[in-house]
Amino acid sequence: MDTEKRVAALRERLTYVRDIFGDRENASIRMLDSKLAEFLAAEQGLDRLEQNAALARLEELFDLLERRLDSELGPMDKVRIVRHPQRFCLKDVLENVYDSYAEMGGQGEHSLDPAVLIARASLLRRVGRKVFSQSVMVIGHEKGHGEEFRNGGSAKPWGNAKALQAMKVAETENIPVHAWVFTPGAYPLEDFPGAAQQIARNLYEMAGLRVPVVAVFSEGGSGGAEAIALADRRLMLSHGYYSVISPEGAAAIEAGLKPGQRATPELVERCAERLKITAQDNLSMGFVDRVIQEPPLGARPDHGEFFRLLRREVIHATNEAVSQVAGMKLVRGLALRRRDGRAVSREESVYMRWDLGARARDRLVWKRGQRFLAMSRWARRDPRSWAGRLFAGIQDAVWAGLTLFRHDLVGRHKRRVMDVMEELEAEAHALKRRIVRPLRRLAGRPEPERGLPEPAPEVQEMLTRLSRPEEGSCRSEQCWEWVSPRSLEDRAVTCPNARTHGCPDLWARDLFDEFAGVCANCGHHFPMEYQWCLHNVLGFREAYEFDAGLESVNPLGYEGFDLKLDQTRRNTRLASACITFETAIEGVNAVVAALVNPFRGGSVGAAEGEKFVRAAERARRKHYPFLAYIHGTAGIRIQEGVAGVIQMPRCTVAVRRYIEAGGLYLVLYDTNSYAGPVASFLGCSPYQFAVRSANIGFAGPGVIHETTGMAVPPHYHSCWKALSRGHIQGVWDRRDLRKNLHHALLTMGGRNLYYR
Amino acid sequence: MLDIKQFLDDIKASPYEIIEVKAPHTGVVEFAALRVGDKVTGVTGSFKEKPGTLLAHLTREKNRKPICAPERGEVMEIRKELEGKFVEAGDTLMTLRHYLSKKEVIELILKKALHLFTAPERAKYYFIPEIDQKLKVSGKRSVKVREGMELFIVSRMKRETPLAYSGPEGLIYSVYFHRGDNVDAGQALIGVCPEDQLTLIQDMVTKIQSDWEEPD
Repeated sequence: MDTEKRVAALRERLTYVRDIFGDRENASIRMLDSKLAEFLAAEQGLDRLEQNAALARLEELFDLLERRLDSELGPMDKVRIVRHPQRFCLKDVLENVYDSYAEMGGQGEHSLDPAVLIARASLLRRVGRKVFSQSVMVIGHEKGHGEEFRNGGSAKPWGNAKALQAMKVAETENIPVHAWVFTPGAYPLEDFPGAAQQIARNLYEMAGLRVPVVAVFSEGGSGGAEAIALADRRLMLSHGYYSVISPEGAAAIEAGLKPGQRATPELVERCAERLKITAQDNLSMGFVDRVIQEPPLGARPDHGEFFRLLRREVIHATNEAVSQVAGMKLVRGLALRRRDGRAVSREESVYMRWDLGARARDRLVWKRGQRFLAMSRWARRDPRSWAGRLFAGIQDAVWAGLTLFRHDLVGRHKRRVMDVMEELEAEAHALKRRIVRPLRRLAGRPEPERGLPEPAPEVQEMLTRLSRPEEGSCRSEQCWEWVSPRSLEDRAVTCPNARTHGCPDLWARDLFDEFAGVCANCGHHFPMEYQWCLHNVLGFREAYEFDAGLESVNPLGYEGFDLKLDQTRRNTRLASACITFETAIEGVNAVVAALVNPFRGGSVGAAEGEKFVRAAERARRKHYPFLAYIHGTAGIRIQEGVAGVIQMPRCTVAVRRYIEAGGLYLVLYDTNSYAGPVASFLGCSPYQFAVRSANIGFAGPGVIHETTGMAVPPHYHSCWKALSRGHIQGVWDRRDLRKNLHHALLTMGGRNLYYR
Repeated sequence: MLDIKQFLDDIKASPYEIIEVKAPHTGVVEFAALRVGDKVTGVTGSFKEKPGTLLAHLTREKNRKPICAPERGEVMEIRKELEGKFVEAGDTLMTLRHYLSKKEVIELILKKALHLFTAPERAKYYFIPEIDQKLKVSGKRSVKVREGMELFIVSRMKRETPLAYSGPEGLIYSVYFHRGDNVDAGQALIGVCPEDQLTLIQDMVTKIQSDWEEPD
């Protein structure tokens, strides 16, 4: 019986190895195969002792060759490992890493989203003679060893909302959060709360979550991973992957495949290599703090020693996160820092309280922000000379000083004095009425009627006339400062609604000039160039552009991307997809960050993220409103890999700091905005508006159809649908943008805007 | 009385609908690479989002617009002499032959044979309880309706009012709405057929269901 079990285990190991290596021919696998077959053929003729000895030799051979095969693993093999049904899951972690746990809000498939698992768990630790119990909130994706209802660990929007709720509970109870990332990506659904918008909400909240967060990556698929992984310490498993897109998705984009077509396995392998998705790559680029070594060919649920290591690492990471901000640490801090491979049980011997005081919590949030802001700085090029940088640094320092003086020292006192004066005036007014009214009544003189004085005749005329063309209230032909070059073509254009709305053909000269790309009959908005909005709405001609030289590069050395980047730079005359400038909209100064479509589809990489962060900081320093004008964005730039994905938490941190400082962060979508940016620093804005030409979403129709099997109706991502789903706050006509924007600046936003 | 047999014979003699593709406006025509006898498809897709087979392009003021097939069928005639020429709005460019489907034939017959009673306003409609009971027990073709008979309850915003049938006397042949669904104004609620034609219509529909052959 025992022999049969051992043989079955070896068979399973061989099948697993074959699954991992796919169709690739390998000498070690062939040897394992033949040796196992040899044993099975000879098994009957052997006595029990000989069988045991032969089996032991075979098991040793399996161990040896598995170690050899482990060293031959490529990135795509690792992808297959994390997706394998035998890979350990979050349930295995809860069973083996924590001492006790209670799953919350779900039992098997009876859950809001079975792909997301929440549990309250506790860790019992003996330190000296005392035993301590420490509680944590465990949040993660559950793949359930291939259970169908788990959706492979793809969290639906409401699953991420559930995760966020658990984080808030942890914050209230002051216990750390352990986030386990086992997701190939978020499930692309637009229904409220919306895949993108919910991830954005999660990121925004995590950027200010006042408890220690430790994230462990096994399968980190882009936005789905980021939704729970904005952490103080990020650990990664040695056989895991963390990537901007699945290698299959990257291959489909690379090969320009249409929905339904499949990329060749060779191209998928090549893309997996180019994307630099392994733990070692991510560690060397600084996106994770530490790599946890797994057993050869990846950890499975029966690897007990691995789970003990995992437990030590998680405890150590939580201790580290706490110790960086805790007041009393002294020797313990030193002990944590001096950790090395030999001191395996030290984590168990160092005890730190995981509940933090109010000031330590503030420091924790600040340090978390700083960590993310410092990431991926190497992944863009700043062509300024050292003198230029020095000058910019001095300029920043001067501005910081001025702001401190103007807004914080003088401004604050001035505001306080004005507040007091206002209160006093109101009191005096009330007092006067109380004294004067009875006296008047006694004297028999009733209070005079206080109606509005009769306005002057010219004012009356101005108020009652319907239109005043001489004052520019009517649109004239020369009303736009910048007109599209398409208006120079002498041709007619058909409105897409012609069949349903009976729109006549439009003359391109009218349409793209005077009509501002809007159909005169049905109001359909044709997409316009980014310059249109920059010049006609945002006053780009008089604006001061900053960080214009910051250049997008090819940080991963992605094959063939340098050429494409050069071409784009030449064609667009831009260094990156982000243009940042200071401008005045109807007299109100504002900082604008624009993402423009012609530069690699407006995709966000390290340079764009850095410019966005700097723009948010500038707006905070100067107490200006901050406007993100999204002409179009296709998402995160896949060729930059995780250096692109990391812009999601990075920019969200910058935005959160700005909003918390009391600013107004306003997002305006123009053409097509999808994926990562919408699922982070754009989607987290409390004020998001769209021009009528906008389409907003998480994944395109092709990806939605491929992932969910749902037929995507036409106009599924239109701004009207986004408005109905509650993702944005309003839809604006392009011709009224400037007026609406000015109105928004005056009516929305926080306390620290200078014009308030 | 309607001669349904004659009507069906007429359809059988020519089971096609002839579609003339006309120029929607003036312009220069370029025909797509189609020949007489080629099959074309109409608008498809679950949301009718995919246009039919491209038939021609019509260019006016440098605006090249596609003209697509409105229905599934076969090309009967292409006016090749117009290729590259300027045409007026309404000029026939091509002729398509659309073979009627089973559903379309039945619809045509029912349209001729039945009296449709339509919804006067957008609301939820229910049969009055007695009729409802009878429909459930003995089937819809057992209920006889006549002018002025109270037949429906119109429920709108929780207010319920009775609605009387108006039209020729007969049996309810088909019901076009479901309980609890909102019905738009002008949509058919029931189709009524004269009592003596009921069996004839039923036979005819069964015959079409079994015998009508649709081309691939």
